[in-house]
Amino acid sequence: MSDRVPVKRHHGLVRVAHWLNAVTLAGLVASGLQIYGAFPHFGQKGKVYPLPNPFDSGRFPQGFPEWARLGGWLAGGINWHFALAWPFVLTGVVYLLFLAISGEWRSLLFRPRDVGPALRMQLYYLRLRKEHPPQGKHNALQKAAYSVIVLLGALSALTGFALYKPVQLGWLVAAFGGYELARYWHFLFVWAFVGFTVVHVALVLLVDPASLRAMITGWYRGRFPSHD
Amino acid sequence: MTEPRLARRDLLRLGLLAGPATLAAACGWDGGALLRPSLGAVSRLNDWVGEKILFSPTRLAPTYPPSARSGTMPSYFISREVPTLPDPGAWALEVGGLVRKPARFTRPMLEALPRVSYTVKHHCVEGWTAIATWTGVPVATIAALVEPRPEARYLRFDSFDGDYYNGWDLASALHPQTILAYGFNDRPLGPDHGAPLRLYSPVKLGYKMTKYLVRMTFTRERPGGYWEDQGYPWFAGL
Repeated sequence: MSDRVPVKRHHGLVRVAHWLNAVTLAGLVASGLQIYGAFPHFGQKGKVYPLPNPFDSGRFPQGFPEWARLGGWLAGGINWHFALAWPFVLTGVVYLLFLAISGEWRSLLFRPRDVGPALRMQLYYLRLRKEHPPQGKHNALQKAAYSVIVLLGALSALTGFALYKPVQLGWLVAAFGGYELARYWHFLFVWAFVGFTVVHVALVLLVDPASLRAMITGWYRGRFPSHD
Repeated sequence: MTEPRLARRDLLRLGLLAGPATLAAACGWDGGALLRPSLGAVSRLNDWVGEKILFSPTRLAPTYPPSARSGTMPSYFISREVPTLPDPGAWALEVGGLVRKPARFTRPMLEALPRVSYTVKHHCVEGWTAIATWTGVPVATIAALVEPRPEARYLRFDSFDGDYYNGWDLASALHPQTILAYGFNDRPLGPDHGAPLRLYSPVKLGYKMTKYLVRMTFTRERPGGYWEDQGYPWFAGL
C-alpha cells in the first residue's frame, strides 16, 4: 500500500455531501417506515390494491421493528421526515451543481458507450473473465449504479413533493400516475436505497477498501489510481 | 369505531404513559427535549412555505363522478362515544370574533343558502385516501354575511366532540371548496361523520376538518388545534 502514490480523489464538497446524505437518508427511511405504519397498505381505504406489497399488514402483521423506525409516533415520524427532506434536497441540488460545474459528471454519468465495458465488468465479477478490465476513476458498473441512485434520489424527492401537496402540485401527482401510485413508488424507492447501500458497502469493503478512506480524507492510495 | 382512531389513540396513550424519558431512550425517538423544539421550528417553516408559497387560493382540487366514490369512508371522533346533541333542534352555529355582524345560523338557515356539492378525494395524514360526495355552504358565503374585520387573519372552529378544535389560515378557509357540510353521499350528514355540521375541504388533510361544529371565530392570533397542539403539522394543506 505505502509504495502507491496517493492521488486526490474526492473534492471536500463531495465528501461532505456523501456523509451528510448517508445520515439524512437513513433518517428519512426510518421516519418513513414510522409513517408507513399508520396505514400499512396501498391504495384507497377498504380497497384491495393490485400491486404487490410484501409489507402489507395482512402479510406482515408485526410491522417494522422499533429500531428501524424514527419518531415514536405518527406526528414524530412526520416531523422528522419533513425536516430531513430539507438537507436531503439541498445536498442533492448542491452536489448536482458541483458535478455540472466541475465537469466531474463525466466520470460518473453512465452513457451508451459504457454498455460494453459494463458487460465485461459484470463478467469479471461473475469470474467468467480473469483480468480486471481497465477503468478510469470508476468502472462502467459503478457509473451505472451511481447514475441510477442519483436518479432515484431525485424521483424520491419528486414523489415526496407529490404526496406532500397533491392539490397544489397536481401535475406532479398525475406524472406519477395518481396519488396512490406516487405513494407506492415512494415506498418502493426505499428498498432500492437499502439494496444499493448493502451492495455499495459490501463492494467497498471487499473490492476496494482504500476507497472508504478516500471518501473520508479525499486521498486515494488503492488499486485503481487512474483518474479520467 | 374505526381502526385508525384506535391506533392513534393507543399510540398517544402509550406515549403519555411511557413518558418522554422512555421515548427518548427507545429507538422510536421523537427528538427528545433537545431536538423536538427544533423539529417544531422546521414544521413552522414548512407551514410558512405551504401557506405563503405553494398554496393558491383559486386552484381547485380535482372532482370525480359520483360513481368513483369509495365503498368506505372512515370516520372518527375523540370522545368515548359518538358525540350527539341532547336537543338537536336547539343547535345553531355561532359565528363571531373579529366580525362586524356576529350571527347564529340554524340548520334550515344554512340549507337555505346557495349550496355547493362536489365529489372529491379525502387525504388522511395516515396515508389513505377515499372519495366521497359532500354538500354544504362555502365558508366564504358565511364570511361575507358576518363581514370579518381587516385585522382578522385566522379562523377557529370549535366542536362538541370533547375539546376538539382547529385553527385555519383565512385563505384556506375562504377557498371556494371549503364548506360547512351538512350532506354526505347525497344524504344528510350522519352522527358518525360530524352531524349536524362539519367543516370539509379537499385542500386540507382530514384532521383539519372540524366535525360536530358549534362555533366559528375570526381571530388575529393563530389558533392551534387538537392534534396540532400535540405535534401534528399546523397548516396541513394539500
